Amino acid sequence: MAYKTTIEQTVFRFDDLKTLLAKATPERSGDQLAGIAAEGPVERLAAQMTLADLPLKAFLGEELISSDDDEVSRLIAARHEPAAFSAVSSLTVGEFREWLLKPETTHDRLEAVTWGLTPEMVAAVSKIMRLQDMIAVSAKRRVVTRFRNTIGLAGRLSTRNQPNHPTDDSRGIIASAIDGLLMGSGDAVIGVNPATDATDDYIRIVSLLDELREKLAIPTQTCCLGHVTTAIQAIEKGAPVDLVFQSVAGSEKANRGFGVDLALLKEAHEAGRSLGRGMPGANVMYFETGQGAALSADAHFGVDQQTMEVRAYAVAREFDPLLVNTVVGFIGPEYLFNGKQIIRAGIEDHFCGKLLGLPMGVDVCYTNHADADQEDMDTLLTLLCAANVNFVITVPGADDIMLNYQSLSHHDAVYCRETLKRPPAPEFEQWLSEIGLTDRDGALIGEPAALSNYVRSSALIGA
Amino acid sequence: MAKVIEPSVADKTLDLKEMTDARVSLGRHGAGLPTQAQLSFLLDHARAREAVWTSVDRASLIDRLNRIGLAVIGVDSMAPDRSIYVRRPDLGRLLAPESTERLKQAGTAKGYDVAIVVADGLSSSAVDLNAVPLIEALVPKLAGLNLSAAPIVMANQARVALGDPAGEALGAKLTIVLVGERPGLSAADSLGAYITYGPKSGNPDSGRNCVSNIRDGGLPIREAAEAIAALVRDMMKTRVSGVALKAAVAKLPASKV
Repeated sequence: MAYKTTIEQTVFRFDDLKTLLAKATPERSGDQLAGIAAEGPVERLAAQMTLADLPLKAFLGEELISSDDDEVSRLIAARHEPAAFSAVSSLTVGEFREWLLKPETTHDRLEAVTWGLTPEMVAAVSKIMRLQDMIAVSAKRRVVTRFRNTIGLAGRLSTRNQPNHPTDDSRGIIASAIDGLLMGSGDAVIGVNPATDATDDYIRIVSLLDELREKLAIPTQTCCLGHVTTAIQAIEKGAPVDLVFQSVAGSEKANRGFGVDLALLKEAHEAGRSLGRGMPGANVMYFETGQGAALSADAHFGVDQQTMEVRAYAVAREFDPLLVNTVVGFIGPEYLFNGKQIIRAGIEDHFCGKLLGLPMGVDVCYTNHADADQEDMDTLLTLLCAANVNFVITVPGADDIMLNYQSLSHHDAVYCRETLKRPPAPEFEQWLSEIGLTDRDGALIGEPAALSNYVRSSALIGA
Repeated sequence: MAKVIEPSVADKTLDLKEMTDARVSLGRHGAGLPTQAQLSFLLDHARAREAVWTSVDRASLIDRLNRIGLAVIGVDSMAPDRSIYVRRPDLGRLLAPESTERLKQAGTAKGYDVAIVVADGLSSSAVDLNAVPLIEALVPKLAGLNLSAAPIVMANQARVALGDPAGEALGAKLTIVLVGERPGLSAADSLGAYITYGPKSGNPDSGRNCVSNIRDGGLPIREAAEAIAALVRDMMKTRVSGVALKAAVAKLPASKV
């Protein structure tokens, strides 16, 4: 169905819902690359005005990608709960924005509507929201998850300690992990992106991380971010797997590009849960997503990259994850060109993930060919803390020497604690104090011998 | 006054820096990096950005190649400038029509065995520093394999896959694309070599073999040239490149290996 609006005698026509959404999307290079972006700011505004007048119900009547061809569309349709939707079912997208912003729309009301919202509705409303709007709404929405600690409580910020190494060297990984722990990073997860996908390396890495966690009695979880099939094999071989990781995207074809489908993810979820390594009812999955993933796999079906990203959240929420993060600036400048586009996308992804009930974190990051720098990351991090983000990723000196991009530094976690007053998960906060890393006020005070001497006591890496 | 965190006694026996090249044990003042670490990070980032955004010094490269007796043909992709090139990888893979013509005119009735294509990719410094020495090391090895070589193609605003239409226009059996790799903070001058048998527009990336991280401090020029020549030799024997190459080499009769 076509959509139309008239601005000062000029008629703007949008052939279908996906065209309307694409044209209404704030400017970004990925949609321009795909050839679906608005031609200029006026056409974009015309699309946004048309979208604002569209009833939310329209998204239940017109699929962007047909369920006949796509299991993600089928999942979205199957999981939609009319009862939860009833609170907002009479609203237009514009009225939905206002409803979200009202103080009467509390955390509990946002939570109640979670499964009544589809990714397309959430993506649509984000397109007519400013950064401040999205931050104000996200800040009201807590999504709390648990494994060995409690992540996502109001006013707290967790961190993934990401001790990557270009050759997965055991000593290199542990040195990097300790560097992060010394600055209080690692309560979301201590998680390594492996350089290879070999099962033996996967098992070696999770064993290393597990020994570190166990010996230092750290109330956190560990992860090797290999493919789910590798995780399943490692679990079969008895490896200490806390979290099962997978990259996911917003269409069946894009997920096939990652070598997964919903059935395989279900199998991986069950394998992870079977180990019972967390507290009862623990969340065991960890997902990463990012705008541009579907387009780069030529699996976007003419849908804009931000809407495709939010559709990936429908996949993620099916498996009750502990952690989900967008790798916002990692995918490259052909999708998000500069700091402004990366910042907006980071705030959008967090907002949309939270509204859909995900424990949303962000890898605040950029590559060297994007027009962005560390100051853009300062801005995004500070905004995300205002938005009550569940977690961010930190690496030594903001330089990931395996993936060759810049994320946050462990130092940035210290900034969040000390300047923005965002302590980590309560169990981890207590551990930091008990092991002698922090004083009574949570300020970092030193380098306890238990950490500094760890390398010598490790059975797996040797002196 | 900000308190400086001194390493504890125990730490002096443990040097994290010795265990990894990551930026560990930087020290801090509050949440801030020490000034020197902060500025040295910014210098690395500045180098990386410069590698991405500066143009290759084409005149100097052509001059250096001419001086070692090699003919050069300059070509352009469909990306008119750097800013569009970075946003539109698809345009960086296409050869401009006048460039295609120029290459077709350089073709011979017999065709060539090998075409070397130098592409700026995402690092001009990688090309400026490493392309000529690598070509100088490589050309005698290709001659040693009795392979005929096309003039060197010097491509502007070009991605790896531009080697396909370039090799096709020249009538080459195989292309070696030397491309500036996406710069990291620790190294902004890595050159990659992508070798494809049967260059043809639309070839999948799985049909290429890669030798990467060619730079001072990474894979040395001499070793890179040997690795590339070995791949070229296998490909000319099997007429296969990419993920299927290993299996194809294994199937060769012993006398051919």
